[in-house]
This record gives sequence, C-alpha cells and structure tokens, in this order.
Amino acid sequence: MFVQPENWSKLSATEKREARFASWMSTEGRPFASPDAESEYKLRAQRIKDVIDLKKPDRVPITPFVGGYFAKFGGITPYDVMYDYEKYTVAWHKFNEEFKPDFLVFSGAFNPGKVFDILGYQVYRWPGGSLSKNVDFQCLEVEYMLADEYDDFIADPESFYMRTYMPRAFSALQGFGMLPTFFASMELPMAPALMIPAGLPPVQQSLKAFMEAGLAALEYAEASGKADGYLQATYGMPALPGGFTKAPFDYIGDTIRGTRGIMLDMFRQPAKVIAAVERLVPIATKLGVQTATMNNNPFVFIPLHKGADGFMSDADFRKFYWPTYKAVLEGLIAEGLVPWNLVEGGYNSRLAVIAEDHPPAGASYWNFDQTDMTAAKKYFGDWAAIAGNVPSSLLHTGTPEDVATYVKGLIDTAGKDGGYALATGAVLDHTTAENLHAMFTTGKEYGVY
Amino acid sequence: MSQELIDAITEMREEDVVAITNQLLDEGVAPTDILMACKQAMDVIGKRFEEGDAFIPELILAGEMMTSVTDILKPRMAEESTSDKLGKIVIGTVQGDIHDIAKDIVAFMLDLNGFDVTDLGVDVPPEKFVETVQDTGATIVGLSGFLTLAFDPMKDTVAAFKAAGLDDVKIMIGGGQIDENIRQYTGANAYGRDAMAAVDLAKSWV
Repeated sequence: MFVQPENWSKLSATEKREARFASWMSTEGRPFASPDAESEYKLRAQRIKDVIDLKKPDRVPITPFVGGYFAKFGGITPYDVMYDYEKYTVAWHKFNEEFKPDFLVFSGAFNPGKVFDILGYQVYRWPGGSLSKNVDFQCLEVEYMLADEYDDFIADPESFYMRTYMPRAFSALQGFGMLPTFFASMELPMAPALMIPAGLPPVQQSLKAFMEAGLAALEYAEASGKADGYLQATYGMPALPGGFTKAPFDYIGDTIRGTRGIMLDMFRQPAKVIAAVERLVPIATKLGVQTATMNNNPFVFIPLHKGADGFMSDADFRKFYWPTYKAVLEGLIAEGLVPWNLVEGGYNSRLAVIAEDHPPAGASYWNFDQTDMTAAKKYFGDWAAIAGNVPSSLLHTGTPEDVATYVKGLIDTAGKDGGYALATGAVLDHTTAENLHAMFTTGKEYGVY
Repeated sequence: MSQELIDAITEMREEDVVAITNQLLDEGVAPTDILMACKQAMDVIGKRFEEGDAFIPELILAGEMMTSVTDILKPRMAEESTSDKLGKIVIGTVQGDIHDIAKDIVAFMLDLNGFDVTDLGVDVPPEKFVETVQDTGATIVGLSGFLTLAFDPMKDTVAAFKAAGLDDVKIMIGGGQIDENIRQYTGANAYGRDAMAAVDLAKSWV
C-alpha cells in the first residue's frame, strides 16, 4: 500500500510521481535473501524509471508480458495454472529462474478457476470450465448490456453493474438484481425495508456465493503474492505493473456491448456511446488510482483493443475513442501514476493522432505489438517511453539467429538514446526456449548503453 | 432509383436502405436487380476497405443492411441455384479458439462475392474440416484464428488435408497474429490480412 504524504494535494504531478517511485523503489521493509538481490532490485527499478524519464538506462530493460508460455516451459497445462497453485508456483519459479527477465510482469495467464466456478462466470470460457484443459482462457462476446439500456448505464453505472450486469455475467449472482437502493436506509422506520430483499432466498444464495468467492480470491491472492514474493526476495525482480484500468471505449466494447454491438451503436446511437464513455472517465481513473495505490506501484496496466488500426477510421478514433482515453491517461498522470499501455494489434495510423495531442511528457509507457517502431520512436520518442514489438510469429517459428537480428534492429532504432524497454509485442504464449533465450541474451548484451 | 439504393448503402444510411428497397419493389423493380445494386454498393465498400477508407464498423453495418434487404427480398425470390456460384468454400475458426467476429466478416464477404460458403463455426477440429470438404466438394478452405494458440491447430488442419489425400484443396489462413512466418509454419497456401484479401485469394483460386 502506498501511503500518501499529508501534503499530497499540494504536490505537482511530477512530485507525486517521484513520491510513488521512491516508495516502490525503496528496499526498506522488503525482505531480500541477499545483499545482491537487494542491489539487483534497486538497479532494475532504476532501469525502468530511467526509461520512463526518457533517459538512457545502463542497459535496455527486459519486460516481456508473460502469458501461458511459462506453463508450457514448466510442463503444466493451462488448467493447472488456474486450479493448482502449487504447480503454478513451481512452473512460475522455473520460468523466471531460467530466463531471468528484469521484472515479474503481471502474468495474465494466472487466474483462479475456483472463483469463476463458484460464481458461474459467463463472460469467459476457461480450461477445465467449458474449454479443454490444454487451452488458455478466452472471452465470449455477448451483449451483456442491451442496445436500449444505455440510459440506465449512464444514469448510474455502479448500480447498473451491480443489479443488471452482475446477474448476467455471473449465474450465481442472480439475486443481485433484487437488491434495493441503499438510500432506503435513511431513517429508522425506513431502514428495515432495505433489509427485506436481503432475506429472500435468491439474494441470500447470491450473497453466500459472493462470500465464498471472496475467500477463494483471498487464497489465490496469497498464493500469487507468495510466488512473486519469493522471486523478488531471491533475485531482486520487481513486480510490474501494479494497478489496472481500461480505455472507456474498451470497457463498453469488450465485455459490456461487445465488438459488434458497439460498432453498430456508433452508427445507430452515437450520442449514447459518447455519453457512456464520458461517464466512465472518472470511474476508470479511480480504478487505476486505487489498484496501483493498493499495490504500492506507480504503473497502471491498460490493455488497448478496439482503437487499433482497422477497427475504426482516424476520424472515429478522434470522436469515440481518444478523448476519453486521453482523459483517463491525464487523470492517472495527475495522480503521479504511469499508464502502462499494452497496445495490441497495430497503431500505425493512430501515432500521429496521439502525438499531436499527447498527454504530459515523461509519464507513460507504450508496449507496441505490430506497430512500426521507427515511426513509434519518431512520434512518441520525445515524450513517452516505448517498448515491445518482438513478434509472436517470429518467436514461434523463427530461429534464435532471426530473433537476435530482430532484437538488435529494435535496440538500434527504438532503443536509440534510451526511452525503450525490450518486450514481446503480444502476450507471450507460444515460443521456444531457444528463441526466448536469444531475445533476452541479445537484450542483455547488445542493449548495454 | 437503384443508384439511390447504392448511395444509401455506401453512405451507411441504414433506415433509408430498407425504405428504398420497399419502394423499389412497389415500383415493380425485379428482386434480382435490387440485389445487383446491393452487390455494386458492396463493391464500393470493399474497395474503400482495401484502400483504408472504410473499416470494420462499416463492414459490420453493411452486413446488417444486406441481411435486412435479403430478408425483404427472400419471399419474392426463387431459390438461388448453386451452379451460379463461383466456387465452394469451407470456413471456420480452428480447434481451441472460440473467436468468431473476424471469421463471420470474411464468410459474409465471400458469400457476397458469389461463393457458396459453408461456415463451421468456432473451435472446429481438423477432421471436421476434412469431412466437410469431402461432403461438399469444396475446393477452398479458410482457417481463422485470433490467438497465437491457433498456430498449431492450423498446422494440424493443413496436415489433416494432406493425410486425407486432398492435396488440391487450397487453404488460406487469417487472424490477428498471422503473417508469412506462420503461413510457412502451417503449410497453408496463403494468408490474408483482412476480408477483402480473402475474397481476392479465393477469386484467384477458381
């Protein structure tokens, strides 16, 4: 937990960011197995901070976004990752001990199947749920909010989520739809009215499931914290990123209306889409601030989806996507946080759009997938840290020599004069150990400034 | 008047498209002529897509508009003969992957461009692709996959066609992480970046 100093509200964004970094980089109170591990921790944290500050670090930091590959390397299935925390821990340690990346980048593959089973989660399918044990979890796009429900959402997003979305997204939470407004608790004679629905069997069942899921989530948090804590203490690998949120358009487009739904809405009810994404700005910002603060980490993970090249015109990107996304970025940066954007797909036509109206300098990180990195450096280099772009196809099918050549090219162009971190373009699910070694070794040797 | 329909479609005026279609029918215009106008409009949208002037939202709305028009025309038209089709295609998302949005757009564009498309849906095992090609006599197969986990099932599916002796069947692959490296890896005949690329490939193969 990051504890804000008393004068927090008087600090500038830069001062807040420095305070958050200082707290994250401090080794005081963190257990380390050896003085070496402690100095490695400081060195690595400084390395990524230099990149954010658009300076030259001692060498290019290595920050791959590790997905299911660690499980394959450790000989366990995607099912094991979600259901067997001991197996998960052994495989996660084996991967990090073998490849020694600079950071423990939040493993998107590790999620608690038990929590989803208890709640009857509908939005995803996962191994051991309705997918084979050998397949990673995947999203199922359905209209969890119907086309004519925008007004309800805009009027009160939290209430819509609790009473309408949750019963649709979690089959065990049907009773949430019967929860009354909490304003009913205003005076003694009215307060009992609030409690009556809580006594009804569907609400009781849902609350029971909710509490069970809470205990299962705690078990998972403990297991994951222990697994990362060991690696941090033994090898000095800091964990990244700390918080999470999403671009408002993606909130609606990914798991509320779905791609097809929101894209038709852009033609049929554009004003509602814009009102909804605007309504989400303070909510998305607050989520990022709270989660990062809780984890004492200056970084906020933001996976970007529906704004990629081809998903809409630049004109629509300026109209529907960028204004509210930019507002979230600015809100996070004002609170001293560093948005860690995972820019999936290509962002080639968006680079210029963002650069001409960019958020404050030296305060954001952009991990690109299929974006031209020379162009990314040109448009972003003087105001934002960039990362990524080692292609998943190359890691899966290329030779170690191919990978080394590609990484050298990235360091020469994107890494020129600092401000770059070496990472995969997409989440790392499939590769060979030889190719991954080639990527990391080249980064560690050729990436020295 | 048909030009009005074409303009309404290419300008994404969904409600006008339905109104104009009904008006044309009332005026005695033949359903086949209305379909021809739709086809011309879709050619314009397809060309814009290829040139980077139209995007996925436009393709999705165009799909909706085409469905509305064909729903109106269907009761008035005789069943279209499959002999008029350019060729038969079997399409699906490969085993283990449950994404369908991009695959649906490709299937729609192929259908619109005169192909007889059998869509097997998502999470399709290799043997299902092979069986369907054997049953339908299709000469082209389209394999879709959004995630990197699709690489190996695509490779397995291509291998299943070879194993079944169906060497002449042309196989195209597509999806978010698909490129020339993956085409070589899977042994597919070609890959395409988007729905129009799939149409161009299919036309070059018949």
